[in-house]
This record gives sequence, structure tokens and C-alpha cells, in this order.
Amino acid sequence: MSKPLKQIHLAAHFPGVNNTTVWSDPAAGSQIDFSSFVHLARTAERAKFDFLFLAEGLRLREQGGQIYDLDVVGRPDTFAVLAALAAVTDRLGLAGTINSTFNEPYEVARQFASLDHLSAGRAAWNVVTSWDEFTGQNFRRGGFLAQEDRYERAKQFLTAAQVLFDSWRGDEIVADKESGTFLADPDVGRFQHRVSQFDIAGQFNVPRSPQGRPVIFQAGDSEEGREFAASSADAIFSRHSTLEAGRAFYTDVKDRLDRYGRGRDELLILPAATFVLGDTDADAQEKAALIRRQQVSGQTAIKFLEQLWNRDLSDHDPDGPLPEVDPLVGENTIAKGRASVRMHRDPLDVARQWRELAATKNLSSREVIIEVTGRQSFIGTPSKVAETINEFVQTDASDGFILAPHLTPGGIDEFADTVVPLLQERGVFRSEYEGTTLRDHLGLAAPRNRDENRDENRNRATERAAS
Amino acid sequence: MPLPHPALHLAVALDGTGWHPAAWRLPDARPEGLFTAAYWADLVAEAERGLLDFVTIEDSLGLQSAETFAPDRRTDQVRGRLDAVLTAARIAPLSRHIGLVPTATVTHTEPFHISKAIATLDFVSSGRGGVRVQVSGRPHEAELFGRRTLPPFTFEDFERPEVQALVGELFDEAADYVEVLRRLWDSWEDDAEIRDVATGRFIDREKLHYIDFEGSAFSVKGPSITPRPPQGQPLVTALAHQTIPYRLVARSTDLGFTTPHDADDARGIVAEIRAEQAAAGRADQTVHIFGDLLVFLDDAPGAAAARRDRLDELAGTPLTSDAEVFAGTAGDLADLLLEWQQAGLAGFRLRPATLPHDLEQITRRLVPELQRRGAFRTAYEADTLRGLLGLPRPGSRYTAATSATASAATSV
Repeated sequence: MSKPLKQIHLAAHFPGVNNTTVWSDPAAGSQIDFSSFVHLARTAERAKFDFLFLAEGLRLREQGGQIYDLDVVGRPDTFAVLAALAAVTDRLGLAGTINSTFNEPYEVARQFASLDHLSAGRAAWNVVTSWDEFTGQNFRRGGFLAQEDRYERAKQFLTAAQVLFDSWRGDEIVADKESGTFLADPDVGRFQHRVSQFDIAGQFNVPRSPQGRPVIFQAGDSEEGREFAASSADAIFSRHSTLEAGRAFYTDVKDRLDRYGRGRDELLILPAATFVLGDTDADAQEKAALIRRQQVSGQTAIKFLEQLWNRDLSDHDPDGPLPEVDPLVGENTIAKGRASVRMHRDPLDVARQWRELAATKNLSSREVIIEVTGRQSFIGTPSKVAETINEFVQTDASDGFILAPHLTPGGIDEFADTVVPLLQERGVFRSEYEGTTLRDHLGLAAPRNRDENRDENRNRATERAAS
Repeated sequence: MPLPHPALHLAVALDGTGWHPAAWRLPDARPEGLFTAAYWADLVAEAERGLLDFVTIEDSLGLQSAETFAPDRRTDQVRGRLDAVLTAARIAPLSRHIGLVPTATVTHTEPFHISKAIATLDFVSSGRGGVRVQVSGRPHEAELFGRRTLPPFTFEDFERPEVQALVGELFDEAADYVEVLRRLWDSWEDDAEIRDVATGRFIDREKLHYIDFEGSAFSVKGPSITPRPPQGQPLVTALAHQTIPYRLVARSTDLGFTTPHDADDARGIVAEIRAEQAAAGRADQTVHIFGDLLVFLDDAPGAAAARRDRLDELAGTPLTSDAEVFAGTAGDLADLLLEWQQAGLAGFRLRPATLPHDLEQITRRLVPELQRRGAFRTAYEADTLRGLLGLPRPGSRYTAATSATASAATSV
């Protein structure tokens, strides 16, 4: 007998501040009006998606010393917009990226615990680290965080937040009007947490939230990132595009769980994916090619070249061959505030690969960029896309996908109307929400309270208060 | 026909189950709902039915305490709360007209984050957002962040020079903080987003501005990641009890909450704030001064005072408050408000002693009473909070600077 079918998890990524989002299309709406967020969230909820996902960037991107103006620019505050979306949805999970470098654990824990209360258990936190002085110029902390301290701070940040989430058990508020006892415990929320990056103590002031703590996401696939996810995350937001790469990543990360005493279903692998639907496969391919050209204009292609070449290439012809000069090796001074720059660890080697590609397929600069910056795309008829997504999930290349549409706000409408019913017919995607919290949707158990930690913390803190 | 009185502005301060510490024990109190969105949505809906200008939502980083500057370990009062900015954002889509003014502590938090959070509150409420900036001098709140140490002090220490110096420093930092909020809100000109398909540009980067703020506690480069909010400048407010905070109100805010104890007191406070406002070069700008009152309201004469006594008995101690406490009928309160209004107050922020009772007394008794006297609106007359308060929508300071530079250049 064959093994039971895995249930697919799906999420909608609000179209982001990058060239995946096509703002020039006549159907493209506002990136900032609340109505756009409402549209995407309601469509996702109508389609019974697990959650909506919001990225974050804390400094406007620059290239060549100027604010980058070719892509969408501007986004709302993650917490405030997710809290507002909780008012217009009932079940949809609300996931947001919050940086662990330019925040403090007490405040972020308060905000996520509040969001979890205000959404009745639907909050999720994508924990990211930032490292650059460029972004730091907007914050009290400022300054630079050494590469080796990045994950350390992120880990310590998350641990500190978890200490705070767990500082309330959940049964402290009795609110007995008759006896006049509101709290069962005067030391409610007591914590003391002293590590290399943080030295904090006191009483946390948000009672335990419906999910205990938000669902934790980790993004990025470095060695440290994978280990961090295996030890501490509920889901990974990854970027592996092919079945083979997806399966390799999936196996690698799931194999790490055992070391932390965790089961294989306690960490979900959810890659980002784009999609293009058509009446026929050929129609979809044609649309996809058109969208790729919208996403990579000649000017955008030049900007991508500059990021790798680390040089001003403003005079380069995007419709001609790749630049003849080699990339400038060393600190990347041309592009600031974007994650892709760090991908180019060996620019000379990448340039060599791009030249080979250009020679083999006879491609212009722009065409090379269109090829190499294309992310996972499901292209085809709704039935083909449904089949492909299902194959990825059933063969353990992922547990589902975070879909990044190219249009705001209607980018998932067609997917919701055509692909989702097919997945439901196959019995691999829910037709109704079964639970109320995001943990319910993702099949994650309620987190155990770190009771031991807590009691230990509390004893120490009480002793300290008494001394 | 002109109104017999200039229109009065009314706000309600929401905190827990009301401002009396024993309010949560009354039969109509909903202490079990405090950590749900529905609780706050119901209160704001009631305030909106009463056509109030705005609600404020109290907040603090640390657990509530009966002591102003230290934790108390009490178990007989409401403890625990949700982040006020998130609560306001959660309520915004459920209301249509009323302003939403959450409290934000500015002593330990990041101005960059709060600026975009309030801008976003303004987007999700279509122009009804504001903020009450709050200074924290509490040593135990500093420990929650672990980034600086504040010396312990009490009310008795308040006049000591070193305490006054510390308070001065914290309020100067708050003024810097508001300056950063405001510059970030202006850092995108209103028409910065151009979506020019012909040139491939989404924004006109000439209309985005570095704010380059350098202060003693923080420096912020900018621009904001969030475009200019619907009101341009969401409403900035602060509560003030003495000269140093009055100065913050005068220098930095659109609206100050004060705690006069009679009309003469109100007159003195208004004069002091107006003098500071002139000294700060803002005499030509509108800064509304509100009076705060903690109110018990009942229909029958004497009933409100009796209710107050019963609550004090439940609490075990008489109610104390920084604001004047009023117990009486809506008619008596209307008399008092109109008298104090003559002292130069633009409006009042009422702190209901109990919820929902005293809030409903405000919306269903006081408001109709004021309307009968021609002193309060009978319908919402504007779509934004600034509009309700008669404040113009300011242009971005950077737009002004650009055109000023341009005209200076042409005149040379």
C-alpha cells in the first residue's frame, strides 16, 4: 500500500521590493494602500492558504550612490499592517520578517505576543539578521555586526524572545471579581537573561498568547542558517528551484533535526516560487517570457551586471554581449541594501559561467540576466501547475510553497480560482480550515513551555530582587 | 447661524477596564476580554457612535504598577497589556471616522520603527493615525532593554537638580525623537511615486530625502522605507504636568494633554505653553491644549459620587490621580467643560473611571448634552484626524525647501 499523500502548504508573498514585482503592468495596483493588502489577504484566505507573508527592508536600496528607482520602492511597517490584516481575515496566518539586529528582544517579543493575541493565534515571525553599517545608519544601534556575530546574535535574540514568550504560563490571570484577585502570581512574567549580546531582566507584560509563541521562520540556506533552522525554527523559507536541488536541501535539513531531538515534521520546508498560468502550456510559456522581459528591462539588466561586475556599466548596451572587462574583485561598493550581492562570492567564476551561457545560447546581456535571475517558476496550464506542485511535495522536494506573484494586488486571483480546486480534488490541499491558529494549519504542535528555564530564571530573579 | 460656543473637541483615554483600579471588579467589566481584539473594537465603536474626535490607548513597556517609578507586585489590579500601536492598527479597519492615537514609549525604542508604524497606522486608517509620545524614566523599564541604566528616584526627589537634569535630558531626547518621526514622514514628497513606464522609473528619487538627523542619543539617515502617509504628518501628542514636558508640547507636538484642577489653573498652563511655543518659534502653528479629567458619570445626582465611594472601598484606598477627578451628572460635566474651555482649552480627554459604563455616559449623555448647547458636532465633518481637529495637511518640509532653493537660485 502506498504511503498517505502529504498535505500541501501554500502561502502568498505580498509582491516585494524587487524586480519580480511588475509595477509597469496596467493591472498593477498600489504597493502601499491598505486595499492592496486586503485584496491579497482575502484572496489567500478564500483559497484556504496557510498564511500571507511580508518581507522587510530597513533601508532603501542604493546603487552607484543613488536610491534605486527601477523597482517598486516603499513598504509599510510589518507589525502594523499585519495587525490591521487580522481585522479583515479570520483564519489566514500572518507572517512577517523582523530583523534581529536593529531591534531589541523585549520589544519584538511584546509585538509578536500582541499580534498573536490580536489575531487569535495567527502570528509568524521570519527571523532575519542584517549586518551592514548601511542599514545601521537608520538606528540607535548603528554600526557593524561582524560576520561571525550575526548568527550568534540572531540565535541569542530568538532565545531571549522565547524566554519572554514563556515567562507567562497562561494560567496567571484569574480575574476573580468576588475575591478581588486579578493575578494568581505577583512574579508573573519574571525573567532574567544574561548572555554575551543581551543583559535583560524584569517582568514581561504580555500574557501568554494563543499560540504560546509565534511560528518561527528562518530564511536563507547558508550552513549556519540550516543549523539555526534545525535547532530553532518551525519552517524554512528557502529558494531551491529544481526538484533535485530541492530534494537535496530537504534531506540535508531534515536530517539535522534528529540531533536536536526533533521529529521530521517539526520543521517545514517552504521554498519561494513564482508561477504563470495559461490556457495551454504554450500560451503560459509565451506569457512567462513576456513577464520576464517586463521584470528585466534593459536598464534593470545593466543594474544586475553592475552588481556582479562591481563597476559602473551605465554606458553598456544591454542588447549587446556581456562586458569584456572582468568584474572588480573586492568589497562590493556599487550596490547597497540588497541581499543578492552576497550571493556573488566568486564574481570572476560567476562571470565565466555567464559568458559560457551567453556563448552557448547566443544571448545578449539582458537575455543572460533574464536566464540567470529567473527563480522557480511553475509555468503551464492550471492542471500542469497543480501536478508539478504536487510532485515537488510528494517527492520531498518541499512541504509546499510561498507563492510570489508578480502583480499587486491581483497576482494570486487566478491561482486561487483554478489551481487550488485541482489540488483540493486530488485530496492534497484543504477545502476548509480545520483549526483556527497558524500552528493548526501547519500541523505544528503547540510549543512546550520552557518551564524549567522559566523556573530557574524566576528563582534567580527573585533572589536578585530580594538581595 | 454661528454656534453659541466654539466647537469643543472630545477624546477618550482607553486603559484596561477603566481608570479606577477596582473597575475590573464591576459586573459590567470584561477583564477576560482585555487581551482580545473584540474588546477594543467594541470600545472604539462606542466612542465613534458618540462622534468623538479620537481615542488614545495607554501603554507602557513594563508591567503596570501603582507606584509611578517602580514595580509593585500587586495582584489585585489589572496587569498585562497589548502593544498599543498594534491594537490601534487592529481596530483601524473596523472604524471609519474616529482618530486612533496609541501611546509609544520613546525612551528605549527606535524612532525609525515608530515612524513607519504610525505612518502605516495612518495608511490602514485612511488618515486617522496619531501617536502619544511617552518618556520613561523608570529604571526597571530600562532593564527590560538592557541598553542603558537609569538611576532610581521618587516623586520626593523630583525637584533635586540631578533629577531635573535627567528629566530634561529624557525630554530633550523625546524632542529629538519627534523631530526624527516628522522628518521621516516628510522624507518622501507626496508625489515621489511616479511609475513612469517610459523611463522605467518607479519613483522620482529627487523627491526622496535623507533626513541626516544627528542627536545626542541617536542619528538617523533616512529616508523612511514607508511613503508619506495620508495626513502627511500624523498627529503627535504628549501628556504634560510641568515645565519641562510643557516645553516638549510647545516645541514638538500638535496637541498636548494637561491636568488642570480648575479654570484658573488651566489658564496658567495655557499661558505657559503659549509662551514656550513662541520661544520655540511656533507661535503661528496650531498646538491644541486639552484638559484631562477622570470621570464618573451617572444620571441621578449623587449617584456617581456614591459609585466612586463603593469602588474606593473595593480597592481599599481612595482613588488618586494626576488629573482632576469629576463625579456627577453629564449636565454638570458639560457646565465644567464649557467653563474651562473659556480658559483656552481646545478640548478635553476624558478618562472613563469604569468601562463600559462611563464611556457610554460620555457618548450617550454628555455628547447629546453638549450638542443641545451647540458645543459639539452632530456628524463627522472630516475624513481625517487632522481634519476633525481643524489642522491643515502640511506639505513636506523638503518640498518647501526644494522650491525655496529653486526660487532663491532664480532671484540671484
